[in-house]
Amino acid sequence: MREIQISQITDVIERLCIEANEHLPEDVKCAILKCRACEDGKIAKSVLDDIITNYEIADEEEVPICQDTGMACVFLEIGQDVHLVGGSLSEAVDEGVRRGYQNGYLRKSVVKDPVRRGNTGDNTPAMLYTEIVPGEEVRITVGPKGFGSENMSAVRMFKPSAGLQGIKDFIIEVVRTAGPNPCPPMVVGVGIGGTFDKCAFLAKKALMRPLDVRNPDSFYADLEVEMLDQINRLGIGPQGFGGRTTAIGLNIETMPTHIAGMPCAVNISCHVTRHKTAVI
Amino acid sequence: MERKHITLPLTEELAHSLHVGDQVLLTGTIYTSRDAGHARMCETLAKGERLPFDPTDATIYYVGPAPAKPGQVIGSAGPTTSGRMDAYAPTLMSVGARGMIGKGARLPEVVDAMKQYSGVYFGAIGGAGALLARCIKKSELIAYEDLGTEALRKLEVEDMPLVVIIDCEGNNLYETGPENYRKDRAVL
Repeated sequence: MREIQISQITDVIERLCIEANEHLPEDVKCAILKCRACEDGKIAKSVLDDIITNYEIADEEEVPICQDTGMACVFLEIGQDVHLVGGSLSEAVDEGVRRGYQNGYLRKSVVKDPVRRGNTGDNTPAMLYTEIVPGEEVRITVGPKGFGSENMSAVRMFKPSAGLQGIKDFIIEVVRTAGPNPCPPMVVGVGIGGTFDKCAFLAKKALMRPLDVRNPDSFYADLEVEMLDQINRLGIGPQGFGGRTTAIGLNIETMPTHIAGMPCAVNISCHVTRHKTAVI
Repeated sequence: MERKHITLPLTEELAHSLHVGDQVLLTGTIYTSRDAGHARMCETLAKGERLPFDPTDATIYYVGPAPAKPGQVIGSAGPTTSGRMDAYAPTLMSVGARGMIGKGARLPEVVDAMKQYSGVYFGAIGGAGALLARCIKKSELIAYEDLGTEALRKLEVEDMPLVVIIDCEGNNLYETGPENYRKDRAVL
């Protein structure tokens, strides 16, 4: 049994909130550069150039890449041999988010009630996902999620008879409907299987996987490649102004599901798909 | 592609000289407002009161900036999704606010109002908040301070890179851009 002070979790989350918002992950940068090299749309090229300049400025000046510094999605994989001491875990996570958004000059974009609104003033609470895993480490990932793209996401409960074609058509439909709103080029996270809620979680988790790592199951790895290619034939292009680069990446996560169902969720993200991980 | 320099205010004449797909570098005074600020401005107008700024030939930027770090004019400041302002935009155009800067699709009602009042909808690059903040030389809070990031600010911008998405004749880059791309490539 390894003891970990809860204050360590707070410190790491504070740091990850700031770093994730200022520095785009290398895999996302690579994907953008690769797409810029293949782009042949007129306005599209200059949009991608500006997007590249933007993340370079953010790196250099240590400022947020995007002003929508998102809701703080926090993924904790807690080793089952870890004993967290010194306070409440969810309070420690929120305190990390509070400090990160305050000290990092990040925008506070959370309202305390979905209907009655009212900004919480400190970007809390975090959207916290915990998983108990073997081992004695705590793996922390912070993925700030903007809502321009979140708003264009969708879940559908398919009948199994809809088959693979149903899933393919749905992914294209969601991307087409999203159009220019989610700040394309997008990153597309797809969850298939589980229950209504689990497949939405899978779609979010898919966005945390590096864009150059394919699904370990070759069936889904091929589907990832095929769907990205199909999306980039839609012509939506960077910012929806027309062009090849509608999406820079597509990841699929799956899990077993019920004999009667085939849930599918598509979580849309933008070219500022942020995630930063640390291990305690 | 050549970018055209334009200077505000957005007069009717200037508006008519801009066409869908034009890439421009915009200089002048603009005002920031998004969801809550728009609701409040329209309430003000409904009560027959005056807006906190003169809307004649004005341009509104749909943005909720990040806080400024010490020494900065403003934090990252890219556009937010314009569609959420669709319910308010025709009212603001009716009192003279001709220019809109944002990203994403607009409703036909907004396009109709743009044709009626010679409005122009500019696109700034969504997600390019650090780049766009560099074009903002001055920022002054003028109203609705209680709304935090959604407060009304007066900005002086220099060479802000924008694209004309919808011109005052109603031509829409979100329709023509992808369509022309597909036609050129015959990819579908």
